[in-house]
Amino acid sequence: MNGVVILGAGHAGSQLAVSLRAEGYGGPVTLIDASDALPYHKPPLSKTFLMDPEARPQPLRAAQAYEAAGVMRLTGRVDAIDPAARTVTLAGRLLPYDDLVLATGARNRMLPDLAGAANVHCLRDLADAQRLRDALPGAQRVTVIGGGFIGLETAAALAGTGRSVTVLEAAPRVLARVAAPETSARVEATLAGLGVTLRTGWVGRGWRRESDRVTAIQGDGEEIACDLVLVGIGAEADTALARAAGIACNRGILTDAGLRTGAPHVWAIGDAAETPHWQLDGAAVRIESVQNATDQARHLARQLATGWTEPFRTVPWFWSDIGPLKLQIAGLAARADRRILRDEGARMAVFHLEGDRLVAVETLGSPADHMLARQMLEAGRTPPDGVLLEGPAAIKGWLAAA
Amino acid sequence: MPMITFVEPDGTLREVPALAGESLMAAATRANVAGIIGECGGSAMCATCHCYLVSGDLPAPGPLEAETIEFVAQNTRPESRLTCQITATEALEGLVLQVAPR
Repeated sequence: MNGVVILGAGHAGSQLAVSLRAEGYGGPVTLIDASDALPYHKPPLSKTFLMDPEARPQPLRAAQAYEAAGVMRLTGRVDAIDPAARTVTLAGRLLPYDDLVLATGARNRMLPDLAGAANVHCLRDLADAQRLRDALPGAQRVTVIGGGFIGLETAAALAGTGRSVTVLEAAPRVLARVAAPETSARVEATLAGLGVTLRTGWVGRGWRRESDRVTAIQGDGEEIACDLVLVGIGAEADTALARAAGIACNRGILTDAGLRTGAPHVWAIGDAAETPHWQLDGAAVRIESVQNATDQARHLARQLATGWTEPFRTVPWFWSDIGPLKLQIAGLAARADRRILRDEGARMAVFHLEGDRLVAVETLGSPADHMLARQMLEAGRTPPDGVLLEGPAAIKGWLAAA
Repeated sequence: MPMITFVEPDGTLREVPALAGESLMAAATRANVAGIIGECGGSAMCATCHCYLVSGDLPAPGPLEAETIEFVAQNTRPESRLTCQITATEALEGLVLQVAPR
C-alpha cells in the first residue's frame, strides 16, 4: 500500500494529513513541501509576524500532531507527477502513491519590470515575510502596489510604525473586486485615519530605478519616492505540475464537486483548486481562503478514508484584519443584484441579495452579523429586509421563530 | 514565562509554558493540547480554542471575544473564553483553563 501523497503543506495539506488519520485512514500518509518549516498560519504574516522582529511563525499544529497521526513529512521539490504510473518524482526519486492530492497553493503575481529589484517585495509565505521584515528597518517610505487584502493589511500595520505609507490602486476604490462600495469607503476612511496615503484610480507610468533598487513609482505627471515597494496584486494557482502531467486546468486545477481532477486518483484542494460551487449553479470557482482550504481538506479526508462521497458544499467565509477593522465576508456576492446596508458606525453590515435570496454578507466590526450570516446561508433562509435592517438580535429571533 | 494549566477533554492536566506576548491558544497548540485547534490562527473567527476559566483572574472579554463566544461557540458557559484573545503575561501564572467540548 503506497497510501496518500500530499503535495504542499499549507493550510489545506496540513489539515488533510491529520484529518485522514482522524477519519480512520489506515495507509501511509506523506506530506511533501518545498520548505522544511513546520506548517504555519499564513494570515499573521502580514500583521503580528511583520511587526515583531522576535516573532516566530505560528505553527498550524505541533510536530507531535503529525507524529501521532503517523504522517511522514518530506522536504523537497517535486519535479513531476505521473498519473498513469501513479508516481511523483521528488528530488530525482520516484515515489509511488495510491492517491495524490495537489495542495500546491498559489503564487503571487509580480510586475515583470519590478521582479528581482532588491527593495521590491511580495507577501505570501514565510520566506517572503522574513525578507520583508528584515528590510523594514531601512525603509521609511513604503509604497504598496495594489489595494487588496494583503496590501491593505500590511499598509495598516506599517502605518502605525511612523513610516510614510502610500497605497496605489488602479481601480476607483480599494477592494473593488471583493467588497461593496460602502465597505471600501469605510476601509479607505480607516486607513486614511491611520495616516496611509491612498491613491485610487492610479495610472502607472513606470518606475525610476537606481542600480538594483526602485526609487520611485511614476504616475501621470508625478513621482512617488520609495525606499521599499510591496506588490500585492493577487495570486495565481500553482498549476505547473498538473499542467505538465496533462491534467485539465483553467485558473486553477479543475476538479469536480468531489474534488477529483481529470486524472484518476489525483485530487486537488485549497487555493490551487477550481471547483464547482453550489452558490453559482455549479460554475467552477477558485477560492483563496483558510476556510476553503481546511474544509476541502476535511471533505477529501473523509472521502479517501471511508469511500463516502458527496459534493463539497460549505458556506465560504473569510476575514481580513485591516488595522483596527475586522472585515468578515460570508458567501459569494458574484451574482447579487441588490444590497441592503445597515450602518451603525463602528458596526456595519452589507447584505447582498440575488432577487429575494441572501447570497453574501460583509460585516465590519460585527461578528454577530457574520456568524448569523453563515447560519442563514447554510440554511438557505432569507429574512425580510426589515429584519436584516433591525440588527443581530432581530435576525437571531427570526431564525429561531420561523 | 507563566505556566498555564489546561484540562484536556479526557481530564488530563497539561501544564504548558506560555511566552510573554503570545496568546494562550498559541501556547496550547505548540504544546499539542488536545481539543485546542486555533484554526483561524487567533482572529476570533472559529471558536476552536474555546475554554472555561477554572481558576485565576482574567480581564473581562472584549466585545469581539464576547460576541464570537455568544454566536459561534458551542456549550458556552458564563466562564467561557477564547484563548486566542488572551495574551500571556506573568500575572497569568497558575491559570487553569478547561478545554470546552464541541
